[in-house]
Amino acid sequence: MIECIQRVGRVWQRNLEAFLRTYRVNFIPPFIEPLLYLLALGFGLGTYIEAVDGVPYPVFIAPALVSISVMNSAFYECTYSSFVRMYYQKTFDAIIATPVSIDEVIAGEMIWGATRGVIYAGLMLPVLILFGVAAMPSSLLLIPFAFIAGLLFAGIAMCFTAITPSIETLNYPSFLFITPMFLFSGTFFPLELLPDAVRCAALAALPLTHVVEINRAITLEAVSAANLLNLAWIAVATTIFCSLAIRLMRRRLVV
Amino acid sequence: MKMIQCISPKSGGSLEVFGMDVDTHPREIKSRIGVVPQENNLDPDFTAYRNLLVYARYFGIPKSVAEERAESLLGFMHLEEKRDVLIEKLSGGMKRRLIIARALVNEPELLILDEPTIGLDPQARHLIWETLRGLRAEGNTLVLTTHYLDEAERLCDRLVIMDHGRILIEGAPAEIVREYAGNEVIEVERTEKTATLLDKLGVAYDVAGDMLQVFTDRADDIVGELLDLCRHEAAVTVRPATLEDVFLRLTGRSLRE
Repeated sequence: MIECIQRVGRVWQRNLEAFLRTYRVNFIPPFIEPLLYLLALGFGLGTYIEAVDGVPYPVFIAPALVSISVMNSAFYECTYSSFVRMYYQKTFDAIIATPVSIDEVIAGEMIWGATRGVIYAGLMLPVLILFGVAAMPSSLLLIPFAFIAGLLFAGIAMCFTAITPSIETLNYPSFLFITPMFLFSGTFFPLELLPDAVRCAALAALPLTHVVEINRAITLEAVSAANLLNLAWIAVATTIFCSLAIRLMRRRLVV
Repeated sequence: MKMIQCISPKSGGSLEVFGMDVDTHPREIKSRIGVVPQENNLDPDFTAYRNLLVYARYFGIPKSVAEERAESLLGFMHLEEKRDVLIEKLSGGMKRRLIIARALVNEPELLILDEPTIGLDPQARHLIWETLRGLRAEGNTLVLTTHYLDEAERLCDRLVIMDHGRILIEGAPAEIVREYAGNEVIEVERTEKTATLLDKLGVAYDVAGDMLQVFTDRADDIVGELLDLCRHEAAVTVRPATLEDVFLRLTGRSLRE
């Protein structure tokens, strides 16, 4: 068991080292993008909005921006980047010629995707604190929760990567799944505005809704029992998608 | 090959490496073999040196040991100068040498090479042959596949010729050549005259395009007859028989795709 974790860790470490080698390009964009959203939507458009559910608009969207950043970093890491490593660089082939198994490679990739979520949440937090849109110290919880949320999106992403015929077809989940989720998960307006049926559909099918609800409870210091349901949904979905991803990858790569 | 490496599932029968079943002990087997794949799968995110270190880590080799081995393998493969160079900046031959170095990082008891010199220039091929012969001389076991029969002839103690997944023959290269092609090959232009003469002499020959090939141990006599008959009319050459002749005789001349 310990050896298995070590081998997963070595795959993870490979990605971390490659990431750190090009840290400049890796650190700046995820840092800038949410900042722009916060300025344009939160403090720009937000001046016309008095308050959402009694909360100033920038404070309302701040936890959503963290959630989106975690989703994007984990999802894109385990789709496009993993696909490049698997298909073009043949990195997975090289690794499975060693005592590391394909299951451990995929687990390491997904944990790395989740780690990226943690890194970006950690980079954003000081900015949010600086703008006074995240309560302290409860907002520190954003960072460990980013790992759980990141693992969820990494698992979903890896399932797509396992079944995609080419890198171009990864655009489908990107535009048809991630983009709607970005807009309709209680991110920029409350879910309650949606008709009941749509709202229920969003809660059932859009993982980001649960992540946003938890993150918002964290930054507003308003964690309640209802968040346990969100957490349970995430735990079940993460388990399903991560194990499915490993199975699908085995089917794709063990020939 | 992939089944020996415990990467592909066994398609049938039984397969043991180092006396261990590939289905039940893949990890133990993989930790004791080195693999040189046909396709370059070096890690483009790292330098030559880091490629070796990162790969050693997958085997659980301690860092200090890995560093020492990486340095000495770069030396062994004449890559010291490229130590801190990214993979994309290496030539084809250097990449192959680095892949071989990488395959040696766990000090394997068995080295598996899939087409080790494919697409390389003659200098690079000779350098790789030299290293492989060096490894063999140190007592390492090498298993290699190749379409280059001159390569097989130079490197192999024991050789298996396969076609469509079946073993046709096996043995030492020199013995195989002697047995299946004789010592020498006479090649003569294919004309009515030459064919008739060979028929008359009772010599068996193969038709290879516009040439006739005679595999024989008594080349001098036949060449004498051929020259007497058609000097200035048809070119006659004699050369030692090679594995390529054996291969073509056994598997036919039609293109296999």
